[in-house]
Amino acid sequence: MTEISQQAEPPVKSLFESDLRTRRRNAAETRFRLYGMAAVAMGIFALIFLLVSVLGNGVSSFRQTSIELQVTLDEAVLDKTGSRDPEVMKKVTTIGYGKILDQALADTLAAHDIDVSALTPKQLSGMKSDEAPRRLRDLVLADPSLVGQTITFHALATSRIDGFEKGRVTMESAKLDSNISVEQLEVAQAMKDKGLLSMPFNWGFFTSADASELRPEAAGVGVAMLGSLYMMLIVLVLSLPIGVAASIYLEELAPQNRWTDIIEVNIANLAAVPAIVYGILALALFINFLGLPQSAPMVGGLVLTLMTLPTIIIATRAALKAVPPSIRDAALGVGASRMQTIFHHVLPLAMPGILTGTILGLARALGESAPLLLIGMVAFVKDYPSAPPAGLMEPASALPVQVYQWTQRADPAFVERASGAIIVLLVFLVAMNATAILLRRRFERRW
Amino acid sequence: MKSVMLTASALAMAAMTAGVAQARDNIQISGSSTVLPYATIVAEAFGENFDFATPVVEGGGSGAGRKNMCQGVGENTIDIANSSSRIKQSDIDLCAANGVAEIMEVRFGYDGIVFASDIAGPDFAYTPAQWFNALAKDVVKDGAIVANPNKTWADVDAALPAQDILAFIPGTKHGTREVFDEKVIVQGCEDSGAYEAFVAASTAADDSAKADEAEDKCMALRTDGVSVDIDGDYTETLARIGANKNAIGVFGLSFYQNNSDKLKVATMSGVVPTVEAIASGDYPVSRPLFFYVKKAHFGVIPGLKEYVEFFVSDDMAGPDGPMAAYGLVSDPELAATQAAVAAETPMGPLE
Repeated sequence: MTEISQQAEPPVKSLFESDLRTRRRNAAETRFRLYGMAAVAMGIFALIFLLVSVLGNGVSSFRQTSIELQVTLDEAVLDKTGSRDPEVMKKVTTIGYGKILDQALADTLAAHDIDVSALTPKQLSGMKSDEAPRRLRDLVLADPSLVGQTITFHALATSRIDGFEKGRVTMESAKLDSNISVEQLEVAQAMKDKGLLSMPFNWGFFTSADASELRPEAAGVGVAMLGSLYMMLIVLVLSLPIGVAASIYLEELAPQNRWTDIIEVNIANLAAVPAIVYGILALALFINFLGLPQSAPMVGGLVLTLMTLPTIIIATRAALKAVPPSIRDAALGVGASRMQTIFHHVLPLAMPGILTGTILGLARALGESAPLLLIGMVAFVKDYPSAPPAGLMEPASALPVQVYQWTQRADPAFVERASGAIIVLLVFLVAMNATAILLRRRFERRW
Repeated sequence: MKSVMLTASALAMAAMTAGVAQARDNIQISGSSTVLPYATIVAEAFGENFDFATPVVEGGGSGAGRKNMCQGVGENTIDIANSSSRIKQSDIDLCAANGVAEIMEVRFGYDGIVFASDIAGPDFAYTPAQWFNALAKDVVKDGAIVANPNKTWADVDAALPAQDILAFIPGTKHGTREVFDEKVIVQGCEDSGAYEAFVAASTAADDSAKADEAEDKCMALRTDGVSVDIDGDYTETLARIGANKNAIGVFGLSFYQNNSDKLKVATMSGVVPTVEAIASGDYPVSRPLFFYVKKAHFGVIPGLKEYVEFFVSDDMAGPDGPMAAYGLVSDPELAATQAAVAAETPMGPLE
């Protein structure tokens, strides 16, 4: 103030002629505008970079190279007794089926005049995935009448051949690569020219479980998706009623005193507690004390419930607060009880806000991997858990955990898989957030 | 709303009691991230060929796995701990305190530790003494103990390329670091004569204290940013080498074999690291791999015995099996291990 009064301002002549101070203020505003735009641009750039890198690496995981083979299912190998009894036929392991596939591969290549003399038998066998014998065995055990027939079987190609089809592996890199040779790639090229290699949509990525280091081409997110779904169900069933009950009590019924203040501060703090802390709590409470099994979606769901609760309580209380007091006064005025007021009037009006908060909380829980580290969810799980409720206690994986695991594998083919899993995870997250926005747009009332 | 809450709490209670009562039908394994990939390979093959559920395999590190195993006996504790270093007396004590009396030790193979740099860089042929002189905090120069002055590999030894020293070594939580310290740094310390100089310079009271102090001095690495501890996995080391082409990284042999199109491996004491060189013992930097089985779980967890036998069978851990294909090295004394597993021999006290 003093500065202004002391400065000898020249008298303003015209509104259209800006003086030094005005020009300076206008310049400052322009600069500020630019800073803001730069900040937004940076955010957009980061997002585009993320999407481009994830999509660029991951989209290819939705297609998978397979080899079309004419497989003769030899009775002498697969069913020596001729009984066609799956229990007896189980004795033939995947090694036996692998030999049948090797023979089929050699025969198919010979039938198409493809020269394989440059390959050792081991290299030729190494062109198909180690997963292929398992799929063939499952196929035959499911339908023993196939034995003795010649069937058309699409065997997965090994990840390096798949990478060659997708442009990840080249002749140059194969020279240095101990897992594939140039000769193998040349045979693969010849097979492609004869139409034996195809790259159909990879349904297996959504239906299969994780696979070991030796067969990245067979790895999928099936078990992880189911595990995530189970956990989300538990989180929803537990955190919504508990969170809403706690919020209603704190917002509508509890007296305002020191105790409720302390609880409020603590809930706000809990929402900011790092996720790994909940993992430690879960290990101590659910596994060591209550004796729940490791790697179970039940335990994961309980941890994520604890983690999501503060978020839901805060969102619910905000939604309840947004309902104007006049609604409550009117209800109480016509003789409704406290409970009738809450359940007939306040809660329905607050519902869109509550649901939005819950969905956002669930979305956060879906993407969380840190609390699952300590309870054995970050594991190699190959078998699908059964249907709930029993399945809630059986080992399962989770989507973010699957991404984390795949990024740690030595085989570069898992990079593609990890990005593919990220795309699946992002699709779920976007869908959940879109639902939240729709709910809010559709049902929210402004007062 | 009330009924929903009641259902929810009833569900939670039911689930908790069910968890206590329900029998577990899958084997649970945890431990070393070096053993993890191979353990998943075995688990996968086990699941597809046997009538048992596929075992659930977790990583987390050797020490964490052993502690986890020693938490007690029962279905909510793990059955097997994978380990890339031998069990410690403290683990055995912890096990005993928690009622885990009998543990079976199974040594199933070896892992080679290799030194690799960017594929486009120069070739390296190292000796442990060169690594010691490159990375140690104090080295012996012209007969005196001085703070490490070496900037490039050529400073260490004129035979090496004049490339700045930058090493990505495993962090202290990794089992690999123990082997690196023991087989490379301490070995190099002794080879280069620094160990004797440290002993001579030590002011400790008696000979054994002097030796301890000298060994500690051997293992003290320089802290000026030349030696970088990597706490993550080999994938992180690989990514760092991609960003910094001058660097040398420490990897497992199997990881290198999977990424041989990006990495160039160095020789150690003149030996190229291969599965054969490690099996014969020519390549100096290798370590045995173990897993530890809780004997009390035999007969309780279905398929546990079968899994352990399958793990060490010739089909899996033999020289032509998937273990060798993955890049780990088969144990020459595998037959003895198989016999011990068949007889369910528990491990004796540590020597």
